[in-house]
Amino acid sequence: MTATAMKKEMDTVSVENSKTWQKVCNKADLVEFSGVAAWLDNVEPPAQVAIFYLPGHGNELYALDHHDPFSNANVIARGIVGDLKGAPVVASPIYKQHFRLEDGQCLEDEDVKLRTWKVEFKGDEVWIEG
Amino acid sequence: MSTQQQLIIIGNGMVGHHLVEQLVDNGALERYQVTVFGEERHRAYDRVHLSEYFSGRDAESLALCDADYYTTSGVTLRTGEAVIEIDRDQQEVVTDQGRYPYDKLVLATGSYPFVPPIPGNDRDGCLVYRTLDDLDDIRAAAENATNGVVVGGGLLGLEAANALRGLNLDTAVVEFAGRLMPMQVDNEGGELLREKIEALGVQVLTERATQRIEDGDASRHRMVFQDDKVLETDLIVFSAGIRPRDQLARDCDLEIGERGGVVVDDQCRTSDPAILAIGEVALWNQSIFGLVAPGYQMAKAALATLTDGDTRFSGADMSTKLKLLGVDVGSIGDAHGNQNPGARMFRYLDPLTQVYRKMVVSSDGKKLLGAMLVGDNSAYDTLLQYYSNGIELPEEPASLILPQSSGAAPALGPGALPETATICSCHNVSKGDICATIDDGAVDLAGVKGATKASTGCGGCTALLKSVVDHELEARGVEVDKSICEHFAHTRQGLYDIVRVEGIKTFSELIDKHGNPETHRLGCDICKPAVASILASCFNEPITDAAHVPLQDTNDTFMANMQKNGTYSVVPRVAGGEITPDKLIVLGEVAKKYGLYSKVTGGQRIDLFGARLEDLPDIWGELIEAGFETGHAYGKSLRTVKSCVGSTWCRYGVQDSVGMAIQLENRYKGLRSPHKIKFGVSGCTRECAEAQSKDIGIIATENGWNLYVCGNGGMRPRHAELFATDLDDEQLYRTIDRFLMFYVRTADRLQRTSVWRENLEGGLDYLKEVVLEDSLGIGDELERQMQTVIDNYQCEWADAISDPEKLKRFRSFVNDERPDPSIIMTSERGQLRPA
Repeated sequence: MTATAMKKEMDTVSVENSKTWQKVCNKADLVEFSGVAAWLDNVEPPAQVAIFYLPGHGNELYALDHHDPFSNANVIARGIVGDLKGAPVVASPIYKQHFRLEDGQCLEDEDVKLRTWKVEFKGDEVWIEG
Repeated sequence: MSTQQQLIIIGNGMVGHHLVEQLVDNGALERYQVTVFGEERHRAYDRVHLSEYFSGRDAESLALCDADYYTTSGVTLRTGEAVIEIDRDQQEVVTDQGRYPYDKLVLATGSYPFVPPIPGNDRDGCLVYRTLDDLDDIRAAAENATNGVVVGGGLLGLEAANALRGLNLDTAVVEFAGRLMPMQVDNEGGELLREKIEALGVQVLTERATQRIEDGDASRHRMVFQDDKVLETDLIVFSAGIRPRDQLARDCDLEIGERGGVVVDDQCRTSDPAILAIGEVALWNQSIFGLVAPGYQMAKAALATLTDGDTRFSGADMSTKLKLLGVDVGSIGDAHGNQNPGARMFRYLDPLTQVYRKMVVSSDGKKLLGAMLVGDNSAYDTLLQYYSNGIELPEEPASLILPQSSGAAPALGPGALPETATICSCHNVSKGDICATIDDGAVDLAGVKGATKASTGCGGCTALLKSVVDHELEARGVEVDKSICEHFAHTRQGLYDIVRVEGIKTFSELIDKHGNPETHRLGCDICKPAVASILASCFNEPITDAAHVPLQDTNDTFMANMQKNGTYSVVPRVAGGEITPDKLIVLGEVAKKYGLYSKVTGGQRIDLFGARLEDLPDIWGELIEAGFETGHAYGKSLRTVKSCVGSTWCRYGVQDSVGMAIQLENRYKGLRSPHKIKFGVSGCTRECAEAQSKDIGIIATENGWNLYVCGNGGMRPRHAELFATDLDDEQLYRTIDRFLMFYVRTADRLQRTSVWRENLEGGLDYLKEVVLEDSLGIGDELERQMQTVIDNYQCEWADAISDPEKLKRFRSFVNDERPDPSIIMTSERGQLRPA
């Protein structure tokens, strides 16, 4: 996707859903095949997101809630990334439930789903739609 | 619905307990309210393995069920309450605490040891060997004794002799008959057994009838024999056979056999149909069955009687396989060949390796009627199957007892066994039962054991059961799946071997070459930490290196232990628990500065809780500055070496236990392993460092160090087992090097040494062969590998704080310096804790 095309899509999305894209960090802040946490301030209330970077796999970037609903602690970015039953997942570092990176679905409990955000590289910058 | 009937069971031994399990498992508690009386203060325990009480096991580990089993099952267990009378008219049981009505009563009172009527048999220090309390008495009497005698050279007598040896007494066995174990072996076998047992330092005296026991000169007692020969000893244990405990039944006029025992029918009913008897107190067809397997079968028959079932007791096979004082003895069917006229005998005797095998075969040479084995029981399982299933013998029957090198027939494979073949006689599980369980969905040995209880009694059939299960699984096309997870079709041990042989140094190389291509090859939270541990065990590169960091559990990633609110705890190494006042002050200052909750750990160091992720590098900067290094409390690796103060200060200490603990902790720190490893070093036999509850326990002796292995505290405590004695420092290091590396190589992921040891085929003997005798020829290699790990040690925290790239990870948020506002602390007892 070219930068212009992306800008156009971003504009469309922001108009339709009152969502805007924001830069959260640089590529160098990410850890390959693992996660980091970032604040997302332009949502209400402000959210902590976990951003995972899987070079060469699917979307490469994934963003979901940093908050772990099972332990009530903000730790998801510190979980181990892997793939289970054909989809990339992260395992909570506290009680080890798995969440699908694509859609936040918990594999152990179908009623639990983390929020997800669109996340993209823009050059060397990491942008999230929030 | 009818009201519940009262069922009372007198006796909480192995058989009485088995009946309770049968009642619980078969829904009989809907019909009966069950009360069990046990005279002993302990709930039912494993009497078969009683002698292990002196080699590390305690009453709790010998118990047959969890402490709350009776309560949760709804059965009333009254231990320490002896029944003194059965009132058949009122249908009541009387104890010193009350009267209890019954509708049905089961006698499971077992037997008592027979003490020959010898003048002086009631002197102090004349004991019996039957209960845990008896063993406590023997242990107490042995404290001031140097030698001991067992009267009786049968099965239980030799068990008792083993127990006395375990208490470091000079031991003698006195037998009335002309040979040891007269019931099980013949003269040739008995002679061989004597040689083997004498070689262990146990004196064997046969054809000795004790006339009287009187005061000794050099020792406490003097035993005078029929020929006026004498033997002096400090301690005497009578183990001259058992007698049924039938007094209660005699007192209430139940029918009793001529030589004792409560007479029962096929349904285990006594002469009063409301009263049943099972186990060693019951006399069936004029026989008492002094083994646990027939007792269990009687319990099943009693269950049927109580619940209108069909199972009957029809006698039992008295074949036995024993290891007495480390010597194999096996006896099958008509071992002496005196019950089958016309039977023919095959005998094989090897005086060099001290092995004796005998077969009793029908006159046509087609059927096995009995067998006897001394010195080597490896043929037992095969012979038992020929015997109990009436399988036709091979053309040359002798091949079954000749050495393998002579081209003899191999063991009867599991495939050749008929469906009716009994695999586990304790729980009466046939090959057919096992097949049915597998057809119902059991996919491994554990599943079959859980469903059938096979191999959970005496454990003698373990190897046979495994071969049957494996064979049946394979026959059904079930590949016995031991894959670590969906990413690798290998066990942890398989992955370890691949990494070592191919010199693979990263996870990505391993999964590219050996991973399952059906997956995304990202790995998962099972295989990644396991591979990280393997790579660290082999090469010991820093776990925070870019290639390794995504593999680690969060504790390893951040080199601290995550707590429930997402903060971490910090534990610097305090080798051997020795710390200078200056360092102690630094710990206090750091804790104060960063608001850390402080607690002393069980491993003799100090744990600082509540550190925020972003504070960890600063905290460690200050600690390293003060001379601390990482304590690996977060890793599956060496944790602590706990020590007592030893000979430096303690008036009882015989070696410098603190010095040794520090040496060991510094030697093995940073060794990553399948699970955490804990050591303990005690400076004398008082064992203040609790070394016998550790993976590696070391206890000082006058001459050096005794090494214990594979102990554990925690959820399932296990005493460590004595592995080697009187080692000097160098021997100790070498032995531990080999032991630990062998564990690292072969254990499953997250398997502590205790569980590893319990699952290790061949057990402790095999482990000794590999480590002490180098039976696999890998001793040098294991030592070299350990040296590599030791040489490559570096403090992971010192490495991390000098590398800005690695420090990047220690930020709570990549786009903000704010701490996480959801971490809220409150104060309690003068310290902070999570709100």
